[in-house]
Amino acid sequence: MILKLIIRNAFRHRLRTILTVAGVAIAILAFGMLRTLVGLWYLGVERSSATRLVTRNAISLIFPLPLSYKERIRRIPGVKSVSYGNWFGGIYIDEKHFFASEAMEARSFLELYPEFLLPPEQKEAFIRDRKGCIAGKKLAEMYGWKPGDLITLRGTIFPGQWEFVLRGVYRGAERSTEERALFFHWDYLNETLKKSSPRRADQVGFYMINVAKPEVAADVAQAVDRTFKNSLAETLTETEKAFQLGFASMTEAIMIAIQIVSYVVIVIIMVVAANTMAMTARERIAEYATLKTLGFGAVHIGAIIFGESMVISLLGGVLGVLLTFPAAHWIESELAQFFPYFSVSLSTVGLDLLIACCVGAVAGLFPTWRGATIRIADGLRRIG
Amino acid sequence: MDVQKSPIVEIDNLSKSYWRGSQIIPVLEGISFAISEGEFLALMGPSGSGKSTLLNLIAGIDTADNGTIRVGGVDITSLSEAELAGWRSANVGFIFQFYNLMPVLTAFENVELPLLLTSLSRSERRKHVELALGVVNLTDRMDHYPSQLSGGQQQRVAIARAIVSDPAILVADEPTGDLDRVSAEDILTLMERLVREFGTTIIMVTHDPRAADKAHCVRHLEKGVLLAS
Ligand SMILES: Nc1ncnc2c1ncn2[C@@H]1O[C@H](COP(=O)(O)OP(=O)(O)O)[C@@H](O)[C@H]1O
Ligand SMILES: [Mg+2]
Repeated sequence: MILKLIIRNAFRHRLRTILTVAGVAIAILAFGMLRTLVGLWYLGVERSSATRLVTRNAISLIFPLPLSYKERIRRIPGVKSVSYGNWFGGIYIDEKHFFASEAMEARSFLELYPEFLLPPEQKEAFIRDRKGCIAGKKLAEMYGWKPGDLITLRGTIFPGQWEFVLRGVYRGAERSTEERALFFHWDYLNETLKKSSPRRADQVGFYMINVAKPEVAADVAQAVDRTFKNSLAETLTETEKAFQLGFASMTEAIMIAIQIVSYVVIVIIMVVAANTMAMTARERIAEYATLKTLGFGAVHIGAIIFGESMVISLLGGVLGVLLTFPAAHWIESELAQFFPYFSVSLSTVGLDLLIACCVGAVAGLFPTWRGATIRIADGLRRIG
Repeated sequence: MDVQKSPIVEIDNLSKSYWRGSQIIPVLEGISFAISEGEFLALMGPSGSGKSTLLNLIAGIDTADNGTIRVGGVDITSLSEAELAGWRSANVGFIFQFYNLMPVLTAFENVELPLLLTSLSRSERRKHVELALGVVNLTDRMDHYPSQLSGGQQQRVAIARAIVSDPAILVADEPTGDLDRVSAEDILTLMERLVREFGTTIIMVTHDPRAADKAHCVRHLEKGVLLAS
């Protein structure tokens, strides 16, 4: 019966309840999305390997480095393996169809990036075919590519029509692994350049270095840059993580601001819900006094008021959580270039519901206390 | 023990005052009287004379400053608030001027409310509720919500709620104050019937002379003092 009272009371002012539920739902939705965004950002920083270094031209990303550096880097103590490549920046069909495409030294690249999972026979086929390429699963799905398909890209950095045969489709070991990229043989790029523009041949955009353990990464990076100091092309070497963090420190302030905003949203909805509950409880003071007259205790009356607040907030919370999934899906499909994946974690759902509970509790607290401690004679006087 | 003769309510030297800011306002002063079992008493007096306050004290929803109130032999001025709540649910039936039904509960559920505090089973409760609604002649409306009932019908539901737990006394604060003449007549006849057929004790506050006519006994209260009857 108490439950019946709670539920029916909750829907007495249908419009008021709907608006409050909608308010809580939107706040929870906003909170969930912002938190997911911030979480993904930190995850990205976290997941970048601490044992991989990237060496590029110290002047700018667009200047190349000589291929001859490869052997010299390999000899530096602490270096386990070296790979290299160039950004290719090819355009598929037209400008709208842009995705990352890179020329890589295939064998060492696949060793350095074990998170690109390729079936062994596809890997073999790719390595054997000089004009072969591999593409991420999402990219292949987007265009319906299958191994054996011919893919033509128009070069931007390296002009011309470039033809590749798809030899493999890789999966990412982690959800955060980029699955919208295309990789092909650096040798193919280089040999073609030797014929068309020999001056651009034997140059690489960046070296990728695998170090033995994270602790030596900083030393190796310094050693690499020292090796090429005062040479024609000086280098800048960073850990993948440091590269991400350096880039990240700039955005971290924004992330913190977003986090603050997400909590402010919750505080606002708490205040709004508390006001609504106080208003509702004030209107029903005579009813609570009547219940008390009949012998119901403070606990019963408290439960009725608190329960109503919780029902409304939790309803909003559940609705908000349910809306989070289509919203995340929408972001994942419509804003794929910024958020290759945007999935709501279970802990965010948990936190959403916990916060909905908090909103209900905070909003219900004062009216509950008022209702439970009302003096009967005073409560009845309001109408009598 | 001679239960039959002893009065059901005994009030001795009762006084009560309220604070309004720093000012003390005496509401009741030295009230003493008794009500015997099965009596239908009307309390009359001008507005603000302390009728409601007196009724609330007898019903155990307000506490006195001085004096004692014994109901069925129990000194309720010595009970704690929690004890009073339990005592009320077992011994007092309430009828209010504005019915005070729960708008979200049906007539049946409203009448069932006081029984939720007892150990009665669901089917026993149903039996009691149907009986009480039968007494007020509203069995056919038990699934209606208060908003679907007229004022007189709502007050009859409230009376059913008041009698469903078979309390020792019924207290009614201006039970006809919000009703048209025909409905008021109806309610008064019903109350009279309760006294006659079931031997209920009723204490009714009113300033309607017609209501007072139905009572066995009328006491007048003026400025917190009971006039000699
Ligand atoms: N809770 C209260 N606080 C302050 N004054 C009160 C309170 N309840 C009643 N009074 C005062 O006590 C007096 C008697 O009130 P009441 O018993 O309601 O009178 P009646 O029912 O006879 O009209 C009035 O002057 C009223 O203002
Ligand atoms: Mg009054």
